[in-house]
Amino acid sequence: MSAPATTSRPDALPDTDGHFGSYGGAYVPETLTPVLEELKAAYDTYKDDPDFQADLRALLADYAGRPTPLTYCDRLTEQAGGARIYAKREDLCHTGAHKINNTLGQILLATRMGKERIIAETGAGQHGVATATVCAKFGVDCVIYMGAEDMERQRLNVERMELLGAEVRAATSGSQTLKEATNEAIRDWVSNPDDTFYIIGSVVGPHPYPMMVRNFHRVIGTETRRQLREETGRETPDAIAACVGGGSNAIGIFHPFLDDPEVQLHGTEAAGGGLDGDHAATLAEGSPGVLHGAMSYLLQDDTGQVSLAHSLSAGLDYPGVGPEHAHLRDEGRVTYHPVTDDEALDGVELLSRTEGIIPALETAHAVALLPELARNLAEERGEDAVLVFNCSGRGDKDMQTIAAHR
Amino acid sequence: MSRLDETFEALGPDDKAMGLFLTDGFPNPDATVPLLHAIDRGGADFIELGMPFSDPLAEGRPIQRASAQALSHDVTLGDTLHTVEAFREDSDTPLLLMGYVNPVFKYGVDGFCRDAAKAGVDGLILPDLPPQESDALCDAAAAHGLDLVFLIAPNTSDDRIRVVDQRATGFVYAVSVTGLTGSDLAETPSVEEYLMHAEDLVDRNPLLVGFGIKTHDDAMELSRHTDGFIVGSALINHVAALWEPPEQSVPDRLDEVEAFARHLKSGAPAPAPPPRPAQG
Repeated sequence: MSAPATTSRPDALPDTDGHFGSYGGAYVPETLTPVLEELKAAYDTYKDDPDFQADLRALLADYAGRPTPLTYCDRLTEQAGGARIYAKREDLCHTGAHKINNTLGQILLATRMGKERIIAETGAGQHGVATATVCAKFGVDCVIYMGAEDMERQRLNVERMELLGAEVRAATSGSQTLKEATNEAIRDWVSNPDDTFYIIGSVVGPHPYPMMVRNFHRVIGTETRRQLREETGRETPDAIAACVGGGSNAIGIFHPFLDDPEVQLHGTEAAGGGLDGDHAATLAEGSPGVLHGAMSYLLQDDTGQVSLAHSLSAGLDYPGVGPEHAHLRDEGRVTYHPVTDDEALDGVELLSRTEGIIPALETAHAVALLPELARNLAEERGEDAVLVFNCSGRGDKDMQTIAAHR
Repeated sequence: MSRLDETFEALGPDDKAMGLFLTDGFPNPDATVPLLHAIDRGGADFIELGMPFSDPLAEGRPIQRASAQALSHDVTLGDTLHTVEAFREDSDTPLLLMGYVNPVFKYGVDGFCRDAAKAGVDGLILPDLPPQESDALCDAAAAHGLDLVFLIAPNTSDDRIRVVDQRATGFVYAVSVTGLTGSDLAETPSVEEYLMHAEDLVDRNPLLVGFGIKTHDDAMELSRHTDGFIVGSALINHVAALWEPPEQSVPDRLDEVEAFARHLKSGAPAPAPPPRPAQG
């Protein structure tokens, strides 16, 4: 018999050393240990501090534009022919994606800790833009590491970051994507531990980042809960779908529903050209390992060298995944589905044509799963079943890539 | 008593132990064993053999490049153990493997310690494995008679230095700077203060200093308050430069590496420095 669900779950994991079951932890060079301890202490202080929380709430409301709407997708529902589909509109956040929830939280923390310099990694550029944005707003120096290949395919976001006053540094080793950008950001941090705050963009990295970033994004799920109640009279949907690269938008919308066993949770990973070829489907094809400071699932070869990921979507092009997702996978609480580049491109078109919403390529990986999920749900639970997906970002930044593949 | 303990034991009161680091498979797999013998002849008291990894987070450019070059030859942990076996045929100098935890986890912690000990490895240094995550590896290393070295940095708290000293065997590795391997050395007064303080707190193990040491003078300056010093990036840069001009013979190159090691150890005149390899 399984243990009864408790309402304390959101605080139950990770443990004090940052473990989600056997995943997580802090596998870092010694120089970073005191830095992480300082961060953990500051976060513990401010997470329950009324002033901090009031400042964060105000910024989320008046600057980021929260709450974001929960949009009923009538034409998509009709076309899919199943459960009623709702979109949680993180694409309407300032800067065009959910990433700002986290960067606002971390910049508030950084400035309260007296840090004068911000660094961040970015893949698609959304987190880089969200970081450059809050640094401009708070008047703090900002350096963004970005893979040279990503700078090429996300040119628009590079321009945005530079316009916002950030310095964008190219990571030129290896695959020249998010993995290398993260290596370079960590090396910068090791070299500047005193004055520099590293705003990690997903629920990855050493403790306390996976926990802290998750908590800054939980607002997505808690709003969804309230809005569903107002809209439908019920607090929980039948299923939630979200895309997973590192997994921040997914954990943000999943987490407040983890203790509602009747809510199915579906994550979609980037299967690139297919699982038998180049892909970024870490949870489907990876195995446990350590990258960027945490134990989690990892795409690696049989000698423990990290493999190069591949996805058309720069934001999902990462061989690791957040440790809490690794734990939720093993527990069976969340089902993770691989979605190919081609399916994602179909997802872009589907949401654009039915709802007038051009999703980011990352988001489109979740959209691609919706028709099948909606039909299955209607079959299992009836036509009134409710399916929510996290519309995590808007697609403007991807127009070049989308146009090249249409 | 481990081979490493005996080495430190045998040092005279004013002697400093010298550890030299080379990446396995760099500049190519055939070069490693002769290079290890060259630095052995040049006076290395112990050797750190780098296990190449795809994402070496604590490394500056020289060791990053060496690691990438080795991986371009598909060097695996198994190959590295063969390198040690081959070196052991002709030398008893202590040898530690240094690298990142993921390949070790993938190999299997216990099996790795067993096979490493069998190959003639004396200890392990894993910079991204902090003490609080190291229980399984500590047990396996102890079971197979391997020393397990842990690191401290200038910003490590006193309590944590004591924890590291409790857990480490072989020696405690004091990173000289808050930075990457091959960094420029920090201002002398602050480094000296830190090392003096560490010397007071570390009492179970020898204390060695590394990161940023490029010459014999650097080594003597930094190891005033430690039992010895470690050089990696400067040696890697030296080897990289020697292997660049195609006309030089391998025995000549090895002689120069040996002379560089001797210079680091004793201050013997350094061989004419080869041109620095291209950066980037």
